[in-house]
Amino acid sequence: MHNPLTVNGLSAAYQKKPVLDNVSFQVNGGELIGIIGPNGAGKSTLIKTILGLIPRLSGEVTVFGKPYSSQRKLIGYVPQRESVDWDFPTNALDVVLMGRYGRLGWFRRPGLDDKRLAMECLAKVGMADYAGRQISQLSGGQQQRVFLARALAQDARLYLMDEPFAGVDAATEKAIITLLQELKKQEKTVIVVHHDLSTVKEYFDSVLLLNVTLQAYGPTETVFTAANLNRTYGGRLGFLERLGHMDPFSAEGR
Amino acid sequence: MTDFWILLTGSLVAACCAILGVFLVLRKMALVGDAISHSVLPGIAIAFLLSGTRDSAFMLIGAAVLGLVTVFLIQLFHQSGVQSDASIGIVFTALFAVGVILISLNARQVDLDLDCVLYGEIAYTHWNTISLLGIDTIPKAVWMLGFTLLLITAVIFLFYKQFKLCAFDPALAAAVGIPVALFHYLLMGLVSMATVSSFESVGAILVVGMLIIPPATAYLLTEKLGVMIGLSVVTGIVSTFIGYYAAVVLDASIAGCMVTAALALFVLAFLFSPSQGVIARYVSRRKAALRHTAS
Repeated sequence: MHNPLTVNGLSAAYQKKPVLDNVSFQVNGGELIGIIGPNGAGKSTLIKTILGLIPRLSGEVTVFGKPYSSQRKLIGYVPQRESVDWDFPTNALDVVLMGRYGRLGWFRRPGLDDKRLAMECLAKVGMADYAGRQISQLSGGQQQRVFLARALAQDARLYLMDEPFAGVDAATEKAIITLLQELKKQEKTVIVVHHDLSTVKEYFDSVLLLNVTLQAYGPTETVFTAANLNRTYGGRLGFLERLGHMDPFSAEGR
Repeated sequence: MTDFWILLTGSLVAACCAILGVFLVLRKMALVGDAISHSVLPGIAIAFLLSGTRDSAFMLIGAAVLGLVTVFLIQLFHQSGVQSDASIGIVFTALFAVGVILISLNARQVDLDLDCVLYGEIAYTHWNTISLLGIDTIPKAVWMLGFTLLLITAVIFLFYKQFKLCAFDPALAAAVGIPVALFHYLLMGLVSMATVSSFESVGAILVVGMLIIPPATAYLLTEKLGVMIGLSVVTGIVSTFIGYYAAVVLDASIAGCMVTAALALFVLAFLFSPSQGVIARYVSRRKAALRHTAS
């Protein structure tokens, strides 16, 4: 049995500025993994480079033991919500159906089975009543749920999600984390770019601390420590001290 | 018969441009359409100089190649750090200038009129007939536009889901293995062909109006992509008819009147669209305000 994802010596750059430098890690199956790091640390870039959306300078990515390009059907992707134009003329169900496109090949169109599956996926994120709603009329949280439903429709074994919790209301955050836990129960692996340090210990089995280079990676209890966070967020200690009373520091007292 | 051919030519131009324009507008690439319509000029001139004829097939190929070169150069400059609007401006004006030079240098030998390229003259298109498939009464422009429209319809129909996903979410498209760059260049190649098929009728400048205004109108009226394409074609064809009869009454440029008619329809949609129109928005705001004060 191969690991869902193995990344070896991955580097990427915009123009000449390196944004990812020699990143290596191996993901265990059936885990929820959080990617944590300051702004500009290369978190989104890491996901996009794994997916081949940004050319890599060096390194190797294998998905269940094979190169990414031959394993696309095993991967579901949730881009950042702001990356698309929500005024596009289409409705929620149609966006979820787009998750099926990868499986349809060059000429086939989504059929009744695909529509039924898309409806089920919308129901799983609590959006069944909004299937026919024009996407610009959904709230930010609802849009994010539609994106998650679309990833579910991809019916993948490894999910990569770029800040699914960004700018959503509390109800949506709860719906999303319930869904992630359900995916985990089905032995799926979910990698999430995450910003909110206060929820890390509650949500994730493992964390990956990133700031251009890999700072630390492993089970949340052992890796999510004040020392590691200090190093990852170097030079932004004020930010960490504000958070100090909340979570990462209290970990050490125990 | 003249009326019929002019209206048919105009409607074919409108249909070709309206379908492709929808994808340009949704991808926020309206200006790239503008750039292509100008920079196919050297392609037309080179094809003409090489072949020595105004043979449509050579022109279509020449224009398609130059259209792709345009898009490629714009991307090349942009990736090397030039602002995207600046690189569009640089590429299309420079290529257009090369086209103007090529045509003016050879103006004496060749029967390719700069005015005609720039402004078009739809009123003359029906005189220029060509014998094909044993029929010799159909104008060349109608053959060319008919072929282009058929090709556009076939390509968009076959690859509808790819074009849609590339327009809405290119990152997901690439992640699931759709060759995004291929469909990008395919769309741009079709835009170039539509432009060059249309330029004899409406000219390189006004063709942009037919590419952008009807889709922008349709965008205000619907929330479904398929319906948007249909409405865009209908608006384009209605503009053609209104424009033609207005031109007859005013004794003015037909192409100019067609684009002005398209603009008039856009303004109507802008004001009266049931969902996004200025008036509908005003009314719903007033209602909300009234409810607010009543409660």
